[in-house]
Amino acid sequence: MKNDEFTVLRISETVSESPDVKSFIFDYDLNAKPGQFVMLWLPGVGEKPISVSGCKEGKFQLTVCGVGPFSNAVLKLQKGDKLGFRGPFGTSYSLPKKNGAIATLGGGYGSCPLAFLAEVAIAAGRTVYFIEGARTKERLLFGKRMSEAGVHVHFATDDGSFGIKGYATDILSNLLKEEKISKVFTCGPEIMMKKAIGICEEKKVPVEVSMERYMKCGIGVCGQCAVDDLGICLCREGPILDGKTAMKIKEFCAYHRDASGKIIK
Amino acid sequence: MLETELAGVKLQNPTVLASGILGVTGASLVRVATQNGAGAVTAKSVSLKERKGHPTPVLITYEHGMLNAVGLSNPGIDEFIPEIEYAVKNAGVPVIASIFGSKVTEFGEIAKRISAANPGIIEVNIACPNVDDEFGRPFSYDPGIAGVVTRIVKKNTKIPVFIKLSANVTNIGEIAKSVQESGADGITAINTVGPGMAINIEARKPILSNKSGGMSGPGIKPIAIKAVYDIYKSVKIPIIGTGGISTGRDAIEIIMAGASAAGIGSAVYYRGPGVFSKICSEMQEFMDKEGFSSIKEMRGIAHEK
Ligand SMILES: Cc1cc2nc3c(=O)[nH]c(=O)nc-3n(C[C@H](O)[C@H](O)[C@H](O)COP(=O)(O)O)c2cc1C
Repeated sequence: MKNDEFTVLRISETVSESPDVKSFIFDYDLNAKPGQFVMLWLPGVGEKPISVSGCKEGKFQLTVCGVGPFSNAVLKLQKGDKLGFRGPFGTSYSLPKKNGAIATLGGGYGSCPLAFLAEVAIAAGRTVYFIEGARTKERLLFGKRMSEAGVHVHFATDDGSFGIKGYATDILSNLLKEEKISKVFTCGPEIMMKKAIGICEEKKVPVEVSMERYMKCGIGVCGQCAVDDLGICLCREGPILDGKTAMKIKEFCAYHRDASGKIIK
Repeated sequence: MLETELAGVKLQNPTVLASGILGVTGASLVRVATQNGAGAVTAKSVSLKERKGHPTPVLITYEHGMLNAVGLSNPGIDEFIPEIEYAVKNAGVPVIASIFGSKVTEFGEIAKRISAANPGIIEVNIACPNVDDEFGRPFSYDPGIAGVVTRIVKKNTKIPVFIKLSANVTNIGEIAKSVQESGADGITAINTVGPGMAINIEARKPILSNKSGGMSGPGIKPIAIKAVYDIYKSVKIPIIGTGGISTGRDAIEIIMAGASAAGIGSAVYYRGPGVFSKICSEMQEFMDKEGFSSIKEMRGIAHEK
């Protein structure tokens, strides 16, 4: 299991996505599928799971949002600096077998794996609706990249500074009324994903979500990211789950465990 | 045919989930028991107070096994009791609670409290540093101290007590004897080996944030086999043989060295959580071929002249 050991690479390019979000591009054949993640290692600082935000032959990208000491240290890195990673790990989004339009619903930096999925879906000849919600216009991600890829882009902001003022889930709800959508893919705050599952259930459209918990080993050994009551580790049997499985997880939208295993409500 | 017994506790098969693998929550223990076929499940080691553990990276794999420095993270005994209770209620197989302390007196207190959750066995992880000892050496390195810990745990519970030993010693047989004399009902051996270190040469740094970590997996199996062989020679109490067991043949090997059951940790990574059922059917196949009809017949057979 070679890809489970660290590979250290130099950053070949960086892209500033928003004031506190940056993408790092590496020249490396990662062979990741949309929804999968890597364990990103900044030597001397730490290691965190980061979802793959793009992957083509010979190149992949990771998008990091400054939320804590680790991610803020990564944001300071420049082209030519070294980063380590192991992976890709976890389950991936699966496009429906039959042709048909798909929709993605991302909240905040939840759009990272969805941008990757959208590009894969376009390459497979699908019609893609890319819905994204953020607090303000500055925080919206991948608008240009998605438009250039030929995706239908819909934005919602809390303050109405761009797109509609309101919730991204409202856009999804309307879209499902107006268009024939064969599957929905979502990633973001659990409350948004739960709402999306409800909307899709009503319209009988299958949906996949991305659910995360505190991860340490990334390979299904340490048990830190096991969820109640299914007892599955999200690093191995997640992060991508179908909506029905997510709804069976008692702690979905309710609580999580911290680094010690203590329940945080 | 695969039934076995650990100090009066009956197991349908000899595969036991080792401590620290998957067992952070009650639900994950139940899953390993009910869906993956483990004969018993051991929870993550718990201490009196919450411990955050070491910063990541805490676990890496290498060619012949893995290195971990999780750092005994746990939410503390009071938060953890509901997890054990949930497992005891729903697992349908014996649940082994694992405890550790940083002082001798702590072991007694935790043993008393965990007994309320009624696990089938209490396993005592003594491979952790003793803060009372000026050298900070693990309790498991000294026969006298290992005996003192055993007595205090026994005094505080009626549940069978297994002491988990480290192989990082030159006299594991002596330590086993001391814990048996102090009243231990069984022994689990071995904990991780080393510690070892891995350096990434591009990063020019040790990979684990703790720099070093305990070694487990296939690479340590010969050490585990030898440890169990030596313990079996020294004591009468049952042994959960742990360390690098990944296949049915490995499980038989450690049973022939003297174990009554086989602890399985790292193999969850190599073969997935279904490793327990896989090992059982591989054992069955071997036993059919070689004409064995019980675990008992094979236990310690390698010692026969
Ligand atoms: C990630 C990890 C965490 C562990 N945590 C504990 C623990 O909390 N308590 C304990 O007694 N042993 C712990 N161990 C040791 C295992 O229970 C076992 O003794 C050791 O890994 C050897 O078995 P294996 O080769 O089958 O993994 C841990 C091992 C690993 C790999």
